Amino acid sequence: MCLGVPGKIKEIYKVENTRMGKVDFDGVELDVCLEAVPEADVKDYVIVHAGFAISKLTEDEAAETLRYLKEIDEINQQLLSEES
Amino acid sequence: MPEKHAQSDLIAKALAALSKILTRPWTIMEICGGQTHAFMETGLSAMLPEEIELIHGPGCPVCVTSLELVDKAVAIASRDDVIFTSYGDMLRVPGSESDLFSVRARGGDVRVVYSPMEALEIAHRNPDKETVFFGIGFETTAPSNAISVIKAKEREIDNYSMLVSHVRVPPAMHAILSAKNNRVQSFLAAGHVCAVMGMDEYYPIAKKYQVPITITGFEPFDLIHGIMETVRMLENNTYNVKNAYERVVAPHGNKQAQKIINDVFEECDRQWRGIGMIPNSGWKLNANYAHYDAELKFNVGNITTHESEICISGLILQGLKKPDQCPAFGTLCTPQNPLGATMVSSEGACAAYYRYGRN
Repeated sequence: MCLGVPGKIKEIYKVENTRMGKVDFDGVELDVCLEAVPEADVKDYVIVHAGFAISKLTEDEAAETLRYLKEIDEINQQLLSEES
Repeated sequence: MPEKHAQSDLIAKALAALSKILTRPWTIMEICGGQTHAFMETGLSAMLPEEIELIHGPGCPVCVTSLELVDKAVAIASRDDVIFTSYGDMLRVPGSESDLFSVRARGGDVRVVYSPMEALEIAHRNPDKETVFFGIGFETTAPSNAISVIKAKEREIDNYSMLVSHVRVPPAMHAILSAKNNRVQSFLAAGHVCAVMGMDEYYPIAKKYQVPITITGFEPFDLIHGIMETVRMLENNTYNVKNAYERVVAPHGNKQAQKIINDVFEECDRQWRGIGMIPNSGWKLNANYAHYDAELKFNVGNITTHESEICISGLILQGLKKPDQCPAFGTLCTPQNPLGATMVSSEGACAAYYRYGRN
């Protein structure tokens, strides 16, 4: 029910007036309802629950990871300066 | 996702930083059962500094779906004129006398679907039968369940209905924090619930109960990130809401998904299995969509529920006991022969302990 992994939109189509997409999850392709992510386009990544995209990823994980690394470094720096 | 090597490097650095800033023990509840599984599957729970105690929360929709609704599902699914559709996890959840899996074994038409839109198509293709979907879940599955009803109305598919068991996270947090024996000092909020609903509902909770709350994702580095933000707030005595899952969660959530939910559902009191009634903690179909409410469509008569006397899943869902403190754990109760829903679900704490060991 809770597919935690992001999937990549391969194709967008309409069925009975509903915005749908073929979404690839590591090689497994599923039909996903895209009604709540009107801004999502082919090649975008979306988070899907029960066949419904609830969120489009705003940036790649690499960028968030880098920001996070910086934060950890800041903590370490701060701790070092407190110790000295 | 960062490469495995980069991830483990990141996690090692974060763990080192974490153990430096910790000055005392803290209890953190991860609300979401998916995160309970992720912590154990990745071994992270065993790598955390011993000052941190994780308390497993009630964020497992299969686990908290009330016994009465499971019994109603069994009764509806047993009817000859019904095709009963459900997420796979619900099939083995024990009711008072039976479960959906047994209904199917006895010849009932019970089908596993991956989304309610699939159930709607089944209804469309079988106009001479009633197709019922077991609409369980938190805020994450609510848009999906809601859109199936909207589309049923648009397409005039009148032989589709939903047995609704929707629950919401914030009222459960209030219930946990107001309990006399509460030990929870902070929360990792479920990332995907917040992807739909945003962060707004959490600020009043953080303020009222003085608990830091961190919106957290599901990758190992997300989990550690969530823990670190939470510990920093705990150690600094700040009771705020932080977002450690920014790539997915917008501050106000997904407005379009919220509109779909609000068009179809209205708030209601809801029974949580093992916990009891929590005021305004659920969603039910509103008057415009009452035609699609399976509870109104099928009169299933008086349901008398009977819960296992041995199972302690209620205490586990409230974070008061750990699965391995149950005398039936792994002996009388296993995923193949579950006494309670927490042993069934891929988000249940007992199933996580059974599958990945106890540390």
